[in-house]
Amino acid sequence: MFPFCFEWAWDISHIVFMGGLWYALSIIGAGMTFAIVKSVFDCAGHDDQDHGHH
Amino acid sequence: MKEKNDYKQAKRYGMVIDLDKCTGCGACMVGCYSENNVPFKADETNKLDSINWIRIFKITNDKPYPETETCYIPMPCMQCDGVGKHGHPPCVSVCPAVATDYDYDTGIISQIYTRCFGCRYCMAACPYHARKFNWWDPVWPADMEKYLNPKVSPRMRGVVEKCSFCFHRYQQARDKAYLEKREELAENEYQTACAEACPTGAITFGDLNNKNHAVYKLKNSPKAFRLLERLNTNPKVYYLTSKKWVRRAGDNYLTHEEPGKIKNNMKEHH
Amino acid sequence: MNETPLIPAGVKRCSKWQFSLWMAAATAVLLWGVYAMYLIWYKGLNQTNMNDAYGFALWIWADLAVIALGGGAFFSGFLTYIINKNELKNIINLAVVIGFICYSSALLILAIDVGQPLRAWFIFWHANVHSMLTEVAFCLSCYFAVLTIEFIPLILENPRLDKKPFLHHLSHNMHGIMAIFAATGVFLSFFHQGSLGGVAGVLYGRPFAFREHILIWPFTFFLFTWSAAAYGPCFTILVTKITELITRKKLVKDNVIHLFAKISGWMIITYIIAKTIDTIYWAFVTAPGFGFTLMDFYASSTYNIGLLFAEIVICGFIPGLILITKRGRENSFLLMSAIILGVIGVSLNRWVMVLQVMAVPVFSFNEWYTYMPSWQEVATTVLPVAYGIIVISLAHRYLPVFPQEKELNPID
Repeated sequence: MFPFCFEWAWDISHIVFMGGLWYALSIIGAGMTFAIVKSVFDCAGHDDQDHGHH
Repeated sequence: MKEKNDYKQAKRYGMVIDLDKCTGCGACMVGCYSENNVPFKADETNKLDSINWIRIFKITNDKPYPETETCYIPMPCMQCDGVGKHGHPPCVSVCPAVATDYDYDTGIISQIYTRCFGCRYCMAACPYHARKFNWWDPVWPADMEKYLNPKVSPRMRGVVEKCSFCFHRYQQARDKAYLEKREELAENEYQTACAEACPTGAITFGDLNNKNHAVYKLKNSPKAFRLLERLNTNPKVYYLTSKKWVRRAGDNYLTHEEPGKIKNNMKEHH
Repeated sequence: MNETPLIPAGVKRCSKWQFSLWMAAATAVLLWGVYAMYLIWYKGLNQTNMNDAYGFALWIWADLAVIALGGGAFFSGFLTYIINKNELKNIINLAVVIGFICYSSALLILAIDVGQPLRAWFIFWHANVHSMLTEVAFCLSCYFAVLTIEFIPLILENPRLDKKPFLHHLSHNMHGIMAIFAATGVFLSFFHQGSLGGVAGVLYGRPFAFREHILIWPFTFFLFTWSAAAYGPCFTILVTKITELITRKKLVKDNVIHLFAKISGWMIITYIIAKTIDTIYWAFVTAPGFGFTLMDFYASSTYNIGLLFAEIVICGFIPGLILITKRGRENSFLLMSAIILGVIGVSLNRWVMVLQVMAVPVFSFNEWYTYMPSWQEVATTVLPVAYGIIVISLAHRYLPVFPQEKELNPID
C-alpha cells in the first residue's frame, strides 16, 4: 500500500493500481475537507444574523 | 511479487512418481505428517477437512472382475510453474496479501503462515486441492508435542497450508554447502520426506533442470505425464504409468481425443 | 421552547409502539445473527460447513449478491449526477441507503469469512496488486466511504439535526459537490463490481469459472459490472414497492419508477445478449479446450442445465423484455414479476459463479462436491437482512428519504 512496505515495487502494476487508489482517496478526502471547511466559514459568516436557510 | 534473479542456472525442483510402483501403502503420508508437523483430528472420517500435504487417491478402471485394475496416485502440491511457465501458478497471483509466492531460485511455492489471513482464494484457485485450511487449532496428543520437528513451524487456526517440498531441508542443505564453500547441492543432499519414506522407490525427487539428476531423465520418459496438464498449470510433479486408462484419468478429454496427442490451447501470457 | 420533532414535517408515521414492536422483531433476528457471528469469531470457521473443497460458499455468494443488488446506488448516481436524469432524484436517496446497507453488510461478511480476522488489514498493507480480491477490498472500502458520504446529507436533513447551523451548512455543502463523489463512486464501482467477476474468471485451474481475457480482464469482469448496473435498479424498485406496501402509501411517482425500470430493462437485455455470447463461446471454445463439454458442468442433479436456462431466459430475457416495453412496465403485475425475476436472476448468477465453481469436479475421477450451510452460516447471512430492515425503517421514519411523499400523501 505504501512505498515503504517491502513488497512494493515501482513497476507498472503498482503505479496504475495504487495510483488509482490514491487518486480516489484524494478526491474523497479533498471533497470532504472542502465541505467541512466551507461549513465552518458559513457558520461564522452567519453568526451575526439569525442562522439562515439557503 | 519478487523480481527474477539472474542466476545462470535456476533450479526447478520437481518430482517424478512412478504409479506402476506405488502400492498405496501411505508411508509417504506418514513421513510427511511427522516431518512437517501436520496436525490431525481425533476423528479423521471426514477427509474434506483433513490436513495433509500429500495424499493418495485411489482410482479404478471401473471394469468388473477379473479385469478390475486399481491405481494409487500420491498427490503433493504440484508446485506449478503456471501459465507461461514463468512463475504464475493458479494460486500465487490470486493471493491478496502476498502470503504465497513463487521462488524463482527453486521453483517452489512458499506459504507464509503468519501472513495468510485465511481468505481461501488460493484454495478455490487450485484444481489439485493441494491446499488445506486449518479449520481447528492444531492439537497433538499428550507428549507428542515433544516429537514435533523443531525445523518446521506449526500452523495456527485460520490459515492455509500446503506441501513445501520440505523446503526447510533445502535450507539446511544450502547452509551446509555454504559452510563447505560449495555452490551446488548434490542430488541426495536435498530429498523430501515422502521420497525417502517410499518403500518401493516410486518417488524420485530432484532438479528438473539438472541433466545429472534422475528426475531429468524420468520426466522425458514416454510413460511420463502430468495431472490436468491441459489447464496449463505446468506442474513440476510428473507421473509415470504404463497403463492407458491411468493416463486418460489424469486429465479431461473429449470422447474423440487421445491423451498425448493434444496441443495446448492457451496462448502463453502473463 | 418546544423541541423540534424528530419526524420530518408534513408526513405521517406510525405510532411509537407500533414502530417499537416492528423494530423489536427485526432486532431479535439481528441478535440471532450476532450470536452466530460471535461463535464464529470465538471458535473459528469450524462452526461452518465449509471444507477444503468448498472454501468459498454461502458467504461469498451473499457478498457478491448484496454488492450486485446494491449496484442500484452507483448506477442511479451515474444516471442522476452524470447524465442528468433528474427524475431519478426522487428515488436516489433510497438507492443510496440500500447501497450503504449492502456494502456495510458485505464488509461485515468478509470480516467473518476470513480465518484470521485480526489480520484482515494485511490485504491493504501487504496488497498484492495482481489479485482481483485486493482490488475488490480496496474499491469496496473506498466506495463504502463514498456511500457514507452520500448518506450523511440525508441524515443531516432530519429536522432536529438540521437545526444545528454547522450540520445544516455541511449538508448543503456536501449536496453541492455530490456530483464529484458520485463520479468517484461510479469509477470505484466499475472496478470492484468487475473485479468480483474477475475473482472467478481468472481461475484458470477451474474450467467452469475461467473465461477468456481482454488485456488482464476476463469477460466476467465486464459482465459483472454490467449486470450490477442492470439488475441493481430492480432491487431498488423492489425495496421501494415493499416499503410502499408496508407503509400503505405511495412514495414514488409512477413516471420515476417507469423511467428507472425502462433503463434497467435495456441494460438487462443488452447484458443478457452479451452473457449469451459469452456462454456460447465458453461452452464451444474455452471449455472443450480443457477437455470439457458443456454438459460435464451440468451433470449433477442440483446443478443441471435448467439453472443456465433459468438464469439466461427466465430471469434474463423475460424481465428484460417486459421492462423495455411500455405496456409491460406500466402493468403493475408484469412490472413486479420482472423486477422479482431480475433480483433472482442476478443472485442466481452470483450463486453459480461461486458455489457451482466449487462443486464441479476437475479431476475425471472425482465426484461432485456437495455442501449444505450450517445454521451459523445461515444466521450470519440473515443478519444483514435484519440489519437492512432496521436501517431502512429508521431512515424512512426519521429522514426525508422520499421527496415526493408529501405531495403524494397530503395531510390536512
